[in-house]
Amino acid sequence: MTLAKRIIPCLDVDNGRVVKGVHFADVKDAGDPVELAKKYSEQGADELVFLDITASQQGRDTMKNVVRKVASVIDIPFTVGGGIKKLEDARDILLSGADKVSINTAAVKTPELITRLMEIFGRQCVVVAIDAKRIYTKGAAKGKTMFRDKKGRYWFEVMIYGGKEGTGLDAVKWAEKAESLGAGEILLTSIDADGTENGYDVELTGAICKAVNIPVIASGGCGKASHMRDVFEKADVDAALAASIFHYEKSTVDKVKRYLKRSGIKIRA
Amino acid sequence: MKIAIFDYRAGNLFSLKAALERNGAEVTIIRDMEDLDRFDGLVLPGVGNFDPAIESVAKGAGRLEKAIDSGMPVMGICLGMEMLFNRSEEGKLEGLKILDGEVVMLPKRKVKVPHMGWNNLKIKGKSRFLKGVKDGSWVYFVHSYRAAPASKKLVVATSDYGTTVPAVVEKGNLVGVQFHPEKSGDVGARMIKNFLAMCEEAKEEK
Repeated sequence: MTLAKRIIPCLDVDNGRVVKGVHFADVKDAGDPVELAKKYSEQGADELVFLDITASQQGRDTMKNVVRKVASVIDIPFTVGGGIKKLEDARDILLSGADKVSINTAAVKTPELITRLMEIFGRQCVVVAIDAKRIYTKGAAKGKTMFRDKKGRYWFEVMIYGGKEGTGLDAVKWAEKAESLGAGEILLTSIDADGTENGYDVELTGAICKAVNIPVIASGGCGKASHMRDVFEKADVDAALAASIFHYEKSTVDKVKRYLKRSGIKIRA
Repeated sequence: MKIAIFDYRAGNLFSLKAALERNGAEVTIIRDMEDLDRFDGLVLPGVGNFDPAIESVAKGAGRLEKAIDSGMPVMGICLGMEMLFNRSEEGKLEGLKILDGEVVMLPKRKVKVPHMGWNNLKIKGKSRFLKGVKDGSWVYFVHSYRAAPASKKLVVATSDYGTTVPAVVEKGNLVGVQFHPEKSGDVGARMIKNFLAMCEEAKEEK
């Protein structure tokens, strides 16, 4: 098995501009998505993820233009997610030049969307994004995949609407279901770790990777290159996604990749 | 260089078109094989499913085979390569039977499927398509099936993924690639340039 572990910078896009900030709070303009995509690609990014956080319909059309421009200048794969509610939204994005679409809330609300997308565009185009949160319980929760740490027993709940609303779904079981419905990849974000810069949720990532036989991208919590090393060493995960360490220029993609390579992780040079 | 991309009407051809254009080609999207003579090379892209794609080329299959026989450079990418073989486990329809062999599922029990990500090339033989490409170069794969050609002689590069995956097959001016050169950074750009050079040569010999 000689696949390289993928390093994926994530860009949040609002009305055609990249914004910084921990999700919706404290949003600052960070520049032109096409320029940044080019920069990260030149630094050796293996793939890119664009998250459209625009609320308006007008903004959605702007996103299509962004996708088209990005596709004409970069020669690495990229995924677009955020606000894809129905088949037509996904089709628009894919036909504008994205390699994959990522669906999150829509996948939970209408799981058959996963299958429809797989049938039309192929499994490799369909990324199911799962936002998961630790729920501590006194005893074992019925039908949930249970874990244990110093604080007690817990399970992982699937959250939707940007992590704001619970679903009661078990993340491990949902990942298995998403795979059986036609997902080609899981983009897994830990709501607990996201924004902390304290490292990925290795427990969550490991459990999902064991449950499915499709690639998994770890997301949420990366504050430095060693966090990527940890998640690659402790979970059978295929890719690590990060935003702030690249945007705030704490580090660059090439620096991170050199560090990982020195640490013995298989990396595309 | 006038290059045609055949459209199975199954998905996105934008990145491929852009990649060819970045490397100097003038690209036309075609939906039949009526006027292949107008072009210096043809690309069968890598998006879609086996049966619908076969259906969409079926009418032009004779013309395609004739063009290949006459030496027109053709590059099949991923599904575009798989279609050239006799049959595929992905579909029920017969393949184009231009290359002898079959297309089979990757070993699901041993590895994650789809094979998605960057993998190394092992260069096995002399290839115009791989001119200047170093052994061990990283290229981007996204696929669930692989070719099993009847003759190993066709295979000029492989990759390891639970089994030996033929990564590049070459027969005269016909090139089949399992990975996506248009998504493989500088290495992929080099291969696209090499394909365009093959088109240039063929044009001069016409």
